[in-house]
Amino acid sequence: MNGEQRAPQAQPDSGTQARVPHARTAGAPGLLEIRDLRVSYRDRGVPLPAVRGVDLTLAAGETLGLAGESGCGKSTLAGAMLRLLPGNAEVSGEILLNGSDVLKMSWGQLRAVRWNEASIVFQGAMHALNPVRSVGRQIAEAILLHAPKASAATARKQVGELLEQVGVPAWRAESYPHELSGGQKQRVMIAMALACSPQLIIADEPTTALDVMVQAQVLTLLKQLVQERGVGLILISHDLSVLASTCDRVAVMYAGRIVEQGPGHRLFADAAHPYAQALAAAFPVIGDMASRRAPRGLPGDPPDPRELGGGCAFAPRCPVAVAECVEYDIRLRTVDTERSAACVHVGVSA
Amino acid sequence: MSVSLHPVLEARNLHVGFGGRGKGVPPVRAVDGVELSVDKGQIVALAGESGSGKTTLARTLLGLQRPYEGQVLHHGRPLDYSSRGLKALRRKVQLVLQDPTGALNPRRTVYEAVAEGLRIHKVPGNERELVAKALSQAGLRPAERFFQRYPHELSGGQRQRVVIAGALVLEPELIIADEPVASLDASVRGEILALLLSLRDELGLSVLVVTHDLGLAWNIADRLAVMYLGRIVEVGRTEQVLAAPKHPYTAALLSVLPEATGRTPVILSGESPDPSRIPPGCRFHPRCPALASGLAQRAGIAERCVGETLPVLPLHGPHAAACLLSGHIGDGIAGAAGGSPTGLMSV
Repeated sequence: MNGEQRAPQAQPDSGTQARVPHARTAGAPGLLEIRDLRVSYRDRGVPLPAVRGVDLTLAAGETLGLAGESGCGKSTLAGAMLRLLPGNAEVSGEILLNGSDVLKMSWGQLRAVRWNEASIVFQGAMHALNPVRSVGRQIAEAILLHAPKASAATARKQVGELLEQVGVPAWRAESYPHELSGGQKQRVMIAMALACSPQLIIADEPTTALDVMVQAQVLTLLKQLVQERGVGLILISHDLSVLASTCDRVAVMYAGRIVEQGPGHRLFADAAHPYAQALAAAFPVIGDMASRRAPRGLPGDPPDPRELGGGCAFAPRCPVAVAECVEYDIRLRTVDTERSAACVHVGVSA
Repeated sequence: MSVSLHPVLEARNLHVGFGGRGKGVPPVRAVDGVELSVDKGQIVALAGESGSGKTTLARTLLGLQRPYEGQVLHHGRPLDYSSRGLKALRRKVQLVLQDPTGALNPRRTVYEAVAEGLRIHKVPGNERELVAKALSQAGLRPAERFFQRYPHELSGGQRQRVVIAGALVLEPELIIADEPVASLDASVRGEILALLLSLRDELGLSVLVVTHDLGLAWNIADRLAVMYLGRIVEVGRTEQVLAAPKHPYTAALLSVLPEATGRTPVILSGESPDPSRIPPGCRFHPRCPALASGLAQRAGIAERCVGETLPVLPLHGPHAAACLLSGHIGDGIAGAAGGSPTGLMSV
């Protein structure tokens, strides 16, 4: 568009995030604060960047969505929050959970934080359950590990309550995973994540393999838990429409960086970054004649982390790329009071 | 798009079951009376939840499963279940599965994966040229650059294109695609759907897409059949079914789509029920929001919903739903069961 005109501004803006509206959570105490998080995986001595400088905040009772395609770093980011990454991962930056840095914790402190303060519902939950143990025992295990003084009977009672809370009948505690449907298994995983009443829940693609109706049930359950318990929820998905309808705020990741963040509904309806626009357009609004017999995709593949140059990582696939996109590393800029996007076309005048 | 004279594949009064021994009705009726046809050059979407029988129906259409009642017709002739007959059918009707990574042999190159069908069917002609043609039809261009690649060197979207090329190389009339984009990234999804659409436009290919994604139907399908517990409960032109659903089940499915802003979501409790215990009367009645809300009661048909068996929807014909209410109040069902259909266009 009017890229030439904006060229002079591009340079001073790059590398700084000073003008970005950081959090909408002014006043509320930050449950989670991530500052300049970077993760690389060492592959035969060569570091491959997976997360390249991410800042995020989340308050209690808030839901944050993380969107992006495979390989964009969203699951690495989730794993880093609880230090669950493989040994070849190198992590730097700060992950402040209730003010203390997860990255600097001793193993003992970390063990206390996992489950008690924060827990993860993993992708493909159906396969994360142990097939030869009843689901009740698996939930009780988490309770007993973190409250060793609890008796077996108390744990059993708690398991029943947890299952009821997520909409699974308590007698199902005796069931083995193969006896449950996909939606029930996903609920069991959520019950397990709730076992030690954490303040932060990270759900990585919790509904990806589920039917629309079951997906709606699980998402409603998660929303309820946020409202009733005031937990902070990070929901990770490649489906922007799911995030837009569930989350207060959504951050879109591309090649290890957040390229746009803002209120969920606005990101879906009116994205500023061309990548976020493409993600939003991938899921049609039924009834919108523009998408009837016109599926929209995004040509090309995400960049190889080995080949990330200095410019905007999205430039090679970007329909509106201009010359400076290749030259300058463009960081998040203010779109308006609620939103920011890392695109050269984003309003400098705003 | 009225009654077409060129159905490629048809299901007639199709019943497929599991678990029974010998004769008689088997205990699990996965497909329980289905009439469906896919015409030449038509894209039909078959939508439903897990357990609705949509995959069993697709497998039966391919001859992988045999019905205990009713039949499958290929160009009007019943399927020949001899191994020669099935081999001939599978050259004309190809299957594309959900997970391209699982469908490709990791130790075989793209060339070998695509050429395999040609070798099995002993297709005459220049193999290299045929493989190259199929790859470029599937959008992998220049094709020669992909010949010696292995699946792990490709992205998810490219792998699905290889699987589609493997189907196209035999010049089929019909592709049956079971959740072709469910395991792909959002950005790749549209690319693969656009490919299916262009194959229909350019080659006159027919496509039956099995999916739980109504957005996919909106994106590419001419006709949409919604399946519930072994039966098609609503069928018609995609625009009609999605803009003015007549069955409370379709309305509920539409209402829970994340992007359905402005609609009150109707979340059905429980999951798709058990095909070994199909309820009497309307098979949807235990979960039906129109029955639960008293709408059926007010229309004076609640008893019939619970007790009266509904006929199978006819093979051809206009937009229709297997719901007693649809005859009473027509399109009002969408408003009654799924909130107001704001954002929808009536067709």
